[in-house]
Amino acid sequence: MSNVRATCYHSRVGDSACIPSAVSAVPTTTVTGRHSALVRVTHWITTLCFLALLVSGVEIVISHPRFYWGETGNDLTPVLFKLPIPASRNLVPSGYGYVLPDQNGWSRYLHFQAAWVVVFTGLLYVIFGLVSGHLRKNLLPGGADLSWPSFSASIASHLRFKRPSAAEAWSYNVLQRLSYVFVIFVLFPLVVWTGLAMSPAFVSAFPATVNVLGGQQSARTLHFFVSLSLLVFLLVHVAMVWLAGFWSRVRAMITGRAVTPMERI
Amino acid sequence: MSEMSPGKLSRRKLITTGIAAAAGVGGLGVAARLAQKYGLVPPDHGGVYGLGETLTYASQRLLTRHSLAREFSRSQISKPPFPNEIPPLNEAYKHLQAGGFAEWQLSVNGMVARPASFSLAQLKSYPSQSQITMVQCEEGWSYIAEWIGVPLSHILQAVEVHPQARYVVYYSIDPDWWESIDMSDALHPQTFLTYGMNGDELPVGNGGPLRLRVPRQLGYKSVKYITRLTVTDNLKGFGKGLGSAAPEGGYAWYAGI
Repeated sequence: MSNVRATCYHSRVGDSACIPSAVSAVPTTTVTGRHSALVRVTHWITTLCFLALLVSGVEIVISHPRFYWGETGNDLTPVLFKLPIPASRNLVPSGYGYVLPDQNGWSRYLHFQAAWVVVFTGLLYVIFGLVSGHLRKNLLPGGADLSWPSFSASIASHLRFKRPSAAEAWSYNVLQRLSYVFVIFVLFPLVVWTGLAMSPAFVSAFPATVNVLGGQQSARTLHFFVSLSLLVFLLVHVAMVWLAGFWSRVRAMITGRAVTPMERI
Repeated sequence: MSEMSPGKLSRRKLITTGIAAAAGVGGLGVAARLAQKYGLVPPDHGGVYGLGETLTYASQRLLTRHSLAREFSRSQISKPPFPNEIPPLNEAYKHLQAGGFAEWQLSVNGMVARPASFSLAQLKSYPSQSQITMVQCEEGWSYIAEWIGVPLSHILQAVEVHPQARYVVYYSIDPDWWESIDMSDALHPQTFLTYGMNGDELPVGNGGPLRLRVPRQLGYKSVKYITRLTVTDNLKGFGKGLGSAAPEGGYAWYAGI
């Protein structure tokens, strides 16, 4: 079977050369509409923005790789923790004898520009998702999916690094749905909120947004951890795409069409 | 649908896309003109990051027109106040420092009816005010202190600013260190010319003898060792025309984030 899959995975409907004798009556592959144009466009804009936010965020954080809790924190106050890296500013007691190149200027410009673009993209996606039914049909786990047997089966197959079934080339499994919903409706709003809670102008108009987090330095520390969670999601997401067949999944997210090897159903 | 020819369909699509694109471009044009008219475009709006900067500045100008920076209780004051790195102080500063800053002068010129120069003693003769606010550095650190001084609006009132003025440009004694704020921030009740901190003189490390505090923006807008203010309606003639030294060094002019 794996041999058949390897030779036919990328072929198109009607490519007779690829029909294995064992299942000759069934077409080996089907091409189906997988992702709508809006999902694809917003996916890749978000990808670009996330990478820009990640690189610029790292550049910003290395200018002061110390974290605090509460309202204030500086070189004279105790840290909550510090990253074991040198800093890009010479005043920071990083414990290293050298200073990294300082890239804070363009990093800050890029960080906020990418933040604006990703917020508009996210809003567009969520509005589309609600109107078109994409969120309900494709992302919210169905009732049966949330039952314990199906849930544990999904966890077990993930833990065994089992390749997803062909059906999953055009649908999402329950863990996938839950993690996407968590990223879109929990981590994404949290990262925007904790980011805005560091803005002195924004919190002057909406002081509660920083007060409930415990202070400006708490917001900064939380922003770091939420960003770290998003990075973990990105790495797991790419690993899963790799496991499922990297190029076919990436192609589906670019062209919108999924090629399903029928013989595996 | 079956009787519709593919040509017809694509023509209809083309027309709707065209109308949508034209409406979009037209809408953007109108938005840009309105933004310019209501002072929602920052001086460093050019270049690849202009979109983000303009969105940040415009939205925060609309949201924060009358908002006050958070003030803290006396018990939240950072002990000791954090004096961050300062550039080497020049001869002019050292000379004034040797004289106990008695000869320190703040000159105010530009679009004002009565250009004037104020000594520290004159500034201190105005009713002093204080605020306990946070200094937040773009690097990530912060501290809270009590800032004592006179609201910039009092000084601007004393020199009678022309109604068409839009910005106040302010200079440190270090000629490379200058910034500007719009009138909304310049007339803001918490924008102070500060000469005291935590019940005492303002230490050199924190900008003494005179620092402009703009508490709704990052620390780099609160320039230390202030000697000159210029009121203007246009920032084009100052430096490279980007508004302040910050964008010339790669940083945003508006630092409310």
